[in-house]
Amino acid sequence: MSLLIKKGKVIDPASSCEDIFDILIEGEIIRKIEGNINFPAKKVIDAEGKIVIPGLVDMHTHLRQPGREDEETIRTGTMAAARGGFTTICCMPNTDPPIDTPSVVEYVYKEAEKNGLVEVLPYGAITLGRKGERLCEMGRLKKAGVVGFSDDGRWVVNSGLMRRAFEYVNMLNLPLISHCEDPHLAGEGVMNEGYWSTILGLPSIPPEAEEIAIFRDISLLKMTNSRLHIAHLSTKKGTELVKKAKKEGLNLTAEVTPHHIALSEEDVESFDPNTKVSPPLRSREDVEALKKALKENVIDVIATDHAPHSQEEKELEYTRAASGVVGLETALSIVIKELVNPGFLTLSDAIAKLTINPSKILGIDRGKIKEGGVANLAIVDLHKSWEVRKEDFFSLSKNSPFIGWILPAKVEFTIFKGKIVYTSKMEDNKMRK
Amino acid sequence: MRFERKDLLDLRTISSEEIELILDTATSFREVLERPIKKVPTLRGKTIANLFFEPSTRTRLSFELSAKRLNADVINFSSSTSSVLKGESLLDTAKNIIAMKVDALVIRHSSPGVAHFLAKKLPVSIINAGDGAHEHPTQGLLDLYTIREKRGRIKGLNVTIVGDIAHSRVARSDIWGLVKMGANVKVCGPPTLIPKDVDKMGVKLTYFIEDALSGCDVVIMLRIQKERQKEAFLPSLQEYREFFSLSEEKLKLAKPDVLIMHPGPVNRGMELPAEVADSTRSVILDQVTNGLAVRMAVLYLLLTR
Repeated sequence: MSLLIKKGKVIDPASSCEDIFDILIEGEIIRKIEGNINFPAKKVIDAEGKIVIPGLVDMHTHLRQPGREDEETIRTGTMAAARGGFTTICCMPNTDPPIDTPSVVEYVYKEAEKNGLVEVLPYGAITLGRKGERLCEMGRLKKAGVVGFSDDGRWVVNSGLMRRAFEYVNMLNLPLISHCEDPHLAGEGVMNEGYWSTILGLPSIPPEAEEIAIFRDISLLKMTNSRLHIAHLSTKKGTELVKKAKKEGLNLTAEVTPHHIALSEEDVESFDPNTKVSPPLRSREDVEALKKALKENVIDVIATDHAPHSQEEKELEYTRAASGVVGLETALSIVIKELVNPGFLTLSDAIAKLTINPSKILGIDRGKIKEGGVANLAIVDLHKSWEVRKEDFFSLSKNSPFIGWILPAKVEFTIFKGKIVYTSKMEDNKMRK
Repeated sequence: MRFERKDLLDLRTISSEEIELILDTATSFREVLERPIKKVPTLRGKTIANLFFEPSTRTRLSFELSAKRLNADVINFSSSTSSVLKGESLLDTAKNIIAMKVDALVIRHSSPGVAHFLAKKLPVSIINAGDGAHEHPTQGLLDLYTIREKRGRIKGLNVTIVGDIAHSRVARSDIWGLVKMGANVKVCGPPTLIPKDVDKMGVKLTYFIEDALSGCDVVIMLRIQKERQKEAFLPSLQEYREFFSLSEEKLKLAKPDVLIMHPGPVNRGMELPAEVADSTRSVILDQVTNGLAVRMAVLYLLLTR
């Protein structure tokens, strides 16, 4: 199988490439990137006027398999990923059973091999059952193929235990990913603490719940000389701590989600459960600080925290509804709308935070376009806007806060290992099973 | 002026003109309550469902009686645990009741925003009878009504709200209503029970009841819940009483004709000593009577649009 992509503007932040090229793919590999390639390829895609970018890499996805296949399977999650231009997604271990033993890691790989449309790389839990009591067999988990460790959804409260985790991964050279939130300070809170929680009467989570947790994790990081990646940074205070720690030269990285950029606590006024996320949507001041931190590379990565939830769990009283929103299918467009078009980030910098930066953190050879490299690509029409419609989601769950929004930039093709796994033409049901 | 709303969800987003209209309408219904036959045919043929997912006596009875005084049919659904135990969602419960062709739902729930949530999903009128710590608009309106009735105006009066502001839906509805109608509002309570940035609602804040009472025309006392001690909001209820109860002694700082109000149920001997609750300055029972008139007005305005 050969595939020729003609005249697309190739944007590859890893090589600082931003020019019009033809790309020839043979089998799973990019064979040639040149100004004008004449080759009798089996299939030719005219990408004139469009951009060709590395297949996106999501560092933070929740697939619900095993355990909650009614909300998302590896099949549907990777379909959603493909629709969003992602070719690699890293899934969090809060499944049922959780990914805390090698056999569950193997199950995820097997299932992804059989039914996945794109690459799925699992994280292992830090502690058994994500209970914060005993360390998982992190070495065996690494051997089984995990790309990092996280108890995502929960912070490891026990500082002594977290110290040991930091120390132990020094032997494995994999990152710990921390969901920084002090559960006692967060309490039963469901939204950011401030004027809006006061007038809405909802139990609230102060930004200090994140700040305190980040502070402790940075202290332990420094003490152990280990590696830390902070998941879904949401506060100004948090960005300040990360900035300072990076200046000190610590091995620390951080991510932000598209919804923490596009929305703020004021959106909770609607009491729409799709504004309920963890950590909560923050103040406008926090949002501005997050954008600034992205610009200054204090935040390295944009990750979706794609969190599918069924209607039964989401369409409820605000305090009872599950936390989280789906994000794979809207992430790139939200980034372009909120960060690129207003000039906070150049297109190339934004793409870097969705491709090469997460790849570097995970130590995987992904997120770039190069001759001889694996052909994972997305072709995007920046000039085409589209409406987010509930019925169009490939994800099994439809809990998006962006339904009804008109977004810029449509993913036209997603190519994984040389195969077209998504084209916008598929949107009329062909891909669904 | 006409009342255009489908629902009554909060006082935050309602205008002072709308509040005036409700209070004026309530005045004419108040008169009905003094008649030998306390009933008008206004809502004959309409059906109102009371959905109470939280224990309540006063508010539920008040809504039920208001509807009956207007000749509407009333059905009641009370459950402190809701149908959740049977696995039915709130939205399904509400949809089932609407399928019985009711015209309005009066809803009380412990989760903030429930009335808003239902109002967006359902075609019938929704009346918020208290949603968690968010709002209790008819209580706010009956407090406004009572102040206006006793003092002839609201504008320019000094009104103090004392107690657990953080967990009080009544405080929020009172604050919005009073500020919109031009009163000078102060809130008072221990710092643990004052929500963040409350001053941005247009009120003054003090931790000292003496400050709060000095020169005030109206004092609204809030009920203190025993659980607040367990949740570490208060070191002890005894200490709370010593600092924040409305004693005769502290009351001397207020204007001599101060109105004492309380949304009920009163914790006698806790926030209000018995002799103060029963004194001539207390209008707590007038609030209850006026509640009927105000709820009649709200039902009437929503259901005869």
